[in-house]
Amino acid sequence: MLRTVVTRLAGAAIMAVLATLVVFLIANTVPGDPVLAQLGDIAASNPATVAEWRAKWGLDLPLWERYLLFLRGLLQGDLGISIASQRPVLDDIAQYAPATVELATIAFLLALGTGIPLGIAAAVWHDSWVDAAARVISLIGVSSPTFWLAFVMLAIFYGGLQIAPGPGRLDPIAFPPDEVTGLFLIDSLLAGDREAFHDAAAHLVLPSIVLAAATIGLITRTTRAAMLEAMGQDYVRVSRAKGMRESYTILRHVLPNALIPVVTLGGLAYANLLAGAVMTETVFSWPGLGRYTFRSAAALDFPAIMGITLVVSITYLLVNLLVDLSYAMLDPRVGR
Amino acid sequence: MKPPTLEVEGLRTVFLTDAGPVRAVDGVSFTVDAGETLGIVGESGSGKSVTALSLMRLLEEPARIVGGSMRFQGRDLLAMRPDELRALRGDRMAMVFQDPMTGLNPVIRILRQLTEPMVGHGRFAPSEARRRAIGLLGRMGIASPERNVSRFPHEFSGGMRQRVMLAMGFANDPALLIADEPTTALDVTIQAQILDLLRQLNAEFGTAILLISHDLGVIGSVCRRVAVMYAGEVVEEAPTAAVLEDPRHPYAWALVNAVPRIDQPLGEDRRLVSIEGAPPDALALPPGCRFAPRCPFKVERCEREHPPLAEVAPGRLARCWVTQAGQLLPRTGGAGLGGARAVPSAGAPLLTVRGLVKHFPLPRESLFAPRRVVHAVNGIDLDLARGETLGIVGESGCGKSTLARLVTRIHAPTAGSIVFDGQEIATASAAAIRPLRRRMQMVFQDPYASLNPRMTIGETLAEPLVAHGLAQRGAEVRDRVSGLLATVGLNPAWVSRFPHEFSGGQRQRISIARALALEPELVVADEPISALDVNIQAQILNLMLDLQQRLGLTYLFIAHDLAVVRHLCDRVAVLYLGQVMESAPAEALFARPLHPYTGVLISAVPVPGRARVVLEGEPPSTLIRPTGCPFRGRCPIARPLCETPPPLAEHAPGRWAACHFPGEFAHAGLGA
Amino acid sequence: MSASLALPAPPSRRARLWRRYGLAAVGAAIVLAWVLVAILAPWLAPYPPDFVDVTNRLRPPSALHWLGTDALGRDCFSRLLFGARISLLAGISVVALGAAFGTLVGMVAAYARGLADAALMRLTDLVLCFPPIILALAIAAALGIGTTNTIIAMLVVWWPKFARLARALALVQRSQEYVEAAVVLGLKPARILGRHILPNAVGPLVVLVTLDLGNAIITFAGLSFLGLGVVPPTAEWGAMVAEGRELVEQWWVATFPGLAILTIVLGFNFLGDGVRDWLDPKARSR
Repeated sequence: MLRTVVTRLAGAAIMAVLATLVVFLIANTVPGDPVLAQLGDIAASNPATVAEWRAKWGLDLPLWERYLLFLRGLLQGDLGISIASQRPVLDDIAQYAPATVELATIAFLLALGTGIPLGIAAAVWHDSWVDAAARVISLIGVSSPTFWLAFVMLAIFYGGLQIAPGPGRLDPIAFPPDEVTGLFLIDSLLAGDREAFHDAAAHLVLPSIVLAAATIGLITRTTRAAMLEAMGQDYVRVSRAKGMRESYTILRHVLPNALIPVVTLGGLAYANLLAGAVMTETVFSWPGLGRYTFRSAAALDFPAIMGITLVVSITYLLVNLLVDLSYAMLDPRVGR
Repeated sequence: MKPPTLEVEGLRTVFLTDAGPVRAVDGVSFTVDAGETLGIVGESGSGKSVTALSLMRLLEEPARIVGGSMRFQGRDLLAMRPDELRALRGDRMAMVFQDPMTGLNPVIRILRQLTEPMVGHGRFAPSEARRRAIGLLGRMGIASPERNVSRFPHEFSGGMRQRVMLAMGFANDPALLIADEPTTALDVTIQAQILDLLRQLNAEFGTAILLISHDLGVIGSVCRRVAVMYAGEVVEEAPTAAVLEDPRHPYAWALVNAVPRIDQPLGEDRRLVSIEGAPPDALALPPGCRFAPRCPFKVERCEREHPPLAEVAPGRLARCWVTQAGQLLPRTGGAGLGGARAVPSAGAPLLTVRGLVKHFPLPRESLFAPRRVVHAVNGIDLDLARGETLGIVGESGCGKSTLARLVTRIHAPTAGSIVFDGQEIATASAAAIRPLRRRMQMVFQDPYASLNPRMTIGETLAEPLVAHGLAQRGAEVRDRVSGLLATVGLNPAWVSRFPHEFSGGQRQRISIARALALEPELVVADEPISALDVNIQAQILNLMLDLQQRLGLTYLFIAHDLAVVRHLCDRVAVLYLGQVMESAPAEALFARPLHPYTGVLISAVPVPGRARVVLEGEPPSTLIRPTGCPFRGRCPIARPLCETPPPLAEHAPGRWAACHFPGEFAHAGLGA
Repeated sequence: MSASLALPAPPSRRARLWRRYGLAAVGAAIVLAWVLVAILAPWLAPYPPDFVDVTNRLRPPSALHWLGTDALGRDCFSRLLFGARISLLAGISVVALGAAFGTLVGMVAAYARGLADAALMRLTDLVLCFPPIILALAIAAALGIGTTNTIIAMLVVWWPKFARLARALALVQRSQEYVEAAVVLGLKPARILGRHILPNAVGPLVVLVTLDLGNAIITFAGLSFLGLGVVPPTAEWGAMVAEGRELVEQWWVATFPGLAILTIVLGFNFLGDGVRDWLDPKARSR
C-alpha cells in the first residue's frame, strides 16, 4: 500500500513538473502580446516604454532562462506577480480559493446526494417511469449550458419570484465572519454567528444547484450503468439462489461493486467542479478562482494564468491520486 | 410414504421474444427421490439450464413458466409466495452455477459469502456459522480453511472457487443440490476432483443431486439415472450406464457415439458418428418427432405424430416410435471412410522446434517492484513429419496455445529455433515470414471471435487470395471462394452473409476454409472444437480427417480433450508448465504412459465405472520457474532425485519422457 | 395459478420500435432541424443579423420581432438563426478534427506498442492532467479572440480522450482471434489496422463523437460567453447570452439563445444515447 502511494506520488510529481513546462510554453510562445494588453495603444507605440516594461517582467531574456527563473521562483513558492493586480499570484489565489472550494464542495455533495440515489433507483426499476425520468433529468442536466442556467435561475428565483438572494456570497450590507478557513459556512459557525451562516447558506443554494447540474447528470448515468452491469453478474444470481432478500442483494452485493466506477468519476467530477466554476462564478459574481481566472485570461495576465493553471492541475493530480488510493480500498483486486 | 424430493410434471417455460414465444422447456417431467442422483444431458439450447432455473424459480424476464407443476417435498413450487420461495432457496434447495470465476462477489470476503445463507435463513448464529463455514471449506478440500476463509475470491483459483461454491450450496445441508455444469469451466484434473467430491457428498449427507451437463461422461461418473433433453423435451430417461451402453433414442445414440471413448479400442476408421443438421427452431417446431428431420432411423410415422415418452424396457423411457416398436439401435454407426489413414512420410520433418522459450513480462506494478514474468513456454523440442498429426495436450496454463502462436509467429519467441521446411523463422522479421504464411495456417478456438464480424464470408475468404496474389479479383476469386465453401461443406450461395448469421459449427467450417484458402501444408489448430457441442465436434473432426486425406495436410492439433487427441492424432506431446513431459505415438502413450503426469491426466477423464487416481492440487503459478522436475510438487512418485531436472530422453523407439522413473507409475488400467 | 399461465400479449411492434429508437429519432430530428436552420439562415431570417436600430432597442417579442430585440435594437430571432451556423461549425470541426487526430494517435500507439506507445500516451496523460476548460481558456486567451483561435485552443484539449479510447479499443481488438488470423494470413499492418481493427473499434468512437458534439458546442458557447469565442458583432449564442445576462427585465435577450444551445445539445445527447444502445446489444436488452 505504502509503495503504491509513493509510486503514484512520484508519478504525479513528474507530471506536475511537465505541466509547468507546458504552461510556460503556452504563455511564452503564442502570438498574443501582453504588452499591448497591458500598456494600451499609446504607450505600446513608444519603443523605450516597451523595452523598459519588457525588462521589468523579464520578457527580454531567452526562453530557457525565463523557464529556469520561473522554476526557481516556483520552488520558493513564488508564482510571480500578477500584472493586473500587481500582487503576488499566490496571494491572489489564496484569497480567492476558499470561495471556490466552498461552492464546489457543496455542489459536489449535492451531485452525489442526488445522482447516486437517482442512478440506483433507475437501475433497480429499469425500463420503468423512474428510469425514464432519471434519464431525462440527467440528459437535461448535462445539456444545459451552465452560464445560461445560472442566468435563468437568477431571473426566476431572484428577479421574478424573489425567493432567493441575489449574486455574491453574502448580502451586500453584511460583514463576512472573521476569517479562519475562508469558508463562510464554517467561519460563521465558528464565530457563532447564526445570521451570517443563514445568509451564506442561502447565497449558496442557487450557484451550487447550477454548478452541480451537469455533474448530477453524469453521476446518475454512471451509477445506473454500473448498477446494471453489476446486477447482470453471476454473483447476484448466486445471492438470489442463496435465498437472500432482494434489498440485501442490491445493497450488499450490487452496490459495493457498482460504486467502484462511481468513485473514479466522482473524483474527476470534483476536480472539474473546482475548475469549472468559471461560468457560475461569473454570473453569480462569486469572488472565487473562476472569476479570477476569467479576469486574468481577458487581460492576458500570464503570471496569473500560469499560476492558476499550475495550482489547479496539481489539485487535479492530487485528486486523481486520492481516487487511485480509494480504488485500492474499495476493490480488493487492486493494489495489494 | 415420504413424497419424492422433487417431482416435475409437464413443466413448460417460454421466452417471450419479439418474434414470439420460444418454447425453451416444453413438457418436461421427472422425479428425484431423496438422496438420488439424476443427470440432465443435452446440447446448448436444449433447455437443460432453463429447467434448472425454473426449478429454483430464478427465471428472469423474458422467461416465464407457463405450464406444468413442480413439487418439492410435496409442496407446490408454483403456488409459493416470493417469501416462501426465498426461504426455500439456499436452504432446502441449493444451486451451484457453471462459472466459479464470476459466481463469487469480488469485493466480499469468502467468509461472509459463506455465512450469509446460514445466518440469513436463521439456521445458525453468526459465531456458529463461522465455525461451520470453516468446517465446510475443509470438507470441500481447501487447505488451511481458517486462514483462507478470510480471503477475497480473486486470491483463489478456479477449482478452489468451485469448492467454495459447493460449500455455499451445502451451507444449510439442503435436501436437493442443483449443479449446472459445475465442472465445464475447469481443467480435467480439477474436474475429476470436483466430481469425486460431489459423489462423496451425496453418499455422506444423503443430499439429492440434480447434475446438468453436456458431457455424458461427467454425468455417468456421478449420477445413477440420466434424462436426455432435446429441443425442450426429455427424449430418454434411464439408468446412465444403460444409456451409455445401449441408448434407446436416436438422439441419445448420436450423443453417445459422437464422442470418442478413451476406454475403447481405436478402429481403422476414425470417423465419428455425426448427425447432420441442427436442432429445430424453437419458434417453429415440427409437428411430429422433433428429432425426425435429423434422424437416421426415422419411419414415416415420425414426421406425422409426436411420440410420447413411454417405457421401452423396464425402468427405461424413450420418446421414439422406432424403439417403442421394439427396434434396437446399432452399436456403432456411420459409413466407413474407406481406406487406411494416410501414412506420415519419412524424411526431413516439415517443422522442427528446438529449445523454444516464450516469457511474457507483466507491466510493472510500481516503479520499484521487480518486473514479473509469465513463463509460458520453457524450452520445447518438437518434430513434425509431413502428413502427420501431432497432438499437444495439457491443462490450461501449460503453454499449448502460446506454442501454437509461436509456431505461426503471431508471437516472437524469447529464445529457441523454429525451422519450417528448412527455413529458420524464429527470428525472421514479419515481412520475411509473409511469403511463408501461405504454407502455414491456423484454425482458432472461438468460432465467435475468429471471424471479423464486419466482413462477409466472401470477403473473409477472398482477402488472403488477393493479398498473396493467388487469384485475380472478380470471377477467379469468386470461383475460388465458392470452391472453398464447397470443400468445407457449406453452401457457396452464402458468400454475402455475415458471420453472425451462422451457427458455431458453420463458423468453424468458415474458419477452416479461410485457413485452406492459401493451400497450406501445415495447419495449426488451437482447440478447434472445444467451444462446440459434441455433435458439431464430431462433424468438424470428420471434416478435418477428410481434408487431411484429400489434401495431404499436416496438423499440429492443440486440445485439452484426451479422448479426442487419442482419436485423431498420430503422435501426442504432453505439456506441463511449458515443457514437454512425454511424447509418443498416440496409441502407445494412452496404453502405457511413461510419465506419471500423463498417467494421472488419462485417469482423470470421466469414464463411468472406472477407478481413477485423482491428482491432488493444481498447477503452480507460471510466474515462478520451478526447480528440478516441474511436476514433482504434485507427482505421486516424486523422490529426492527429482530435484534435478530430468531430460527429455528416448526410452523406447519414438517414446520420449522427461522423468527419472519412466513407466513406474502404473495408472488404473486402460491399455490392458 | 392457471389464470397467470396464459401467454401475455407481446408489446406491439410500434411500441417496441418506439422504445428502442424513439429517443434517438427525436434527437436526430432536433439535430436535423438545426442543421437546416444553419444552412437556410439567410433565407429564413427576417432581418440581417447585424442590422442595428438603436431606436428600436430592447423591444419584447412581438409580431415584428418574434424574439424581441437586443440592446442595439438587433432582431434576436435573426441572430438566433445565424448563431446556429457558428455553433454547429465550431462543434463539428472541433470534434471531427479532435477525433481524427486522437484516433490516429491511439491506433498507432496500440499497434506500435513499445516506446512509441509509451511516448504518445505520456503526452496524452500530460494534456489530460489539465482541467480542460482552464487550459482552453489559457490557450484561447494567448492566441487572441476569434473563432478559429478558439477552435484551435479547444482542439489542443480535445484529442486526448479520443486517443485514450481508440488505444483501449484497438488493444482489445488486437488480441481478438480474427486479428491473429489476419496476421497468420500474412496481411500487412496497414490493412489489419484499417480493415480489421478500425471497423470493429469504431462503434464506441461513434458514440463518443455524437455525445461529444453537444459537449463541444457548450464549451465553445461558454468560451464565447466569457468573451473569448467570436469577435463582437458576430451572432453567436454564448455571446448573446452574455449580452443579455444583466438584463433580467428583458429576459428574452438571454433566454432564447440559451434554449437554442440546450435543444441542440439535447438533440446530440439523445442521438448519442440512442446510438450507444443500438451498438451495445447488452445495454439494449436491459
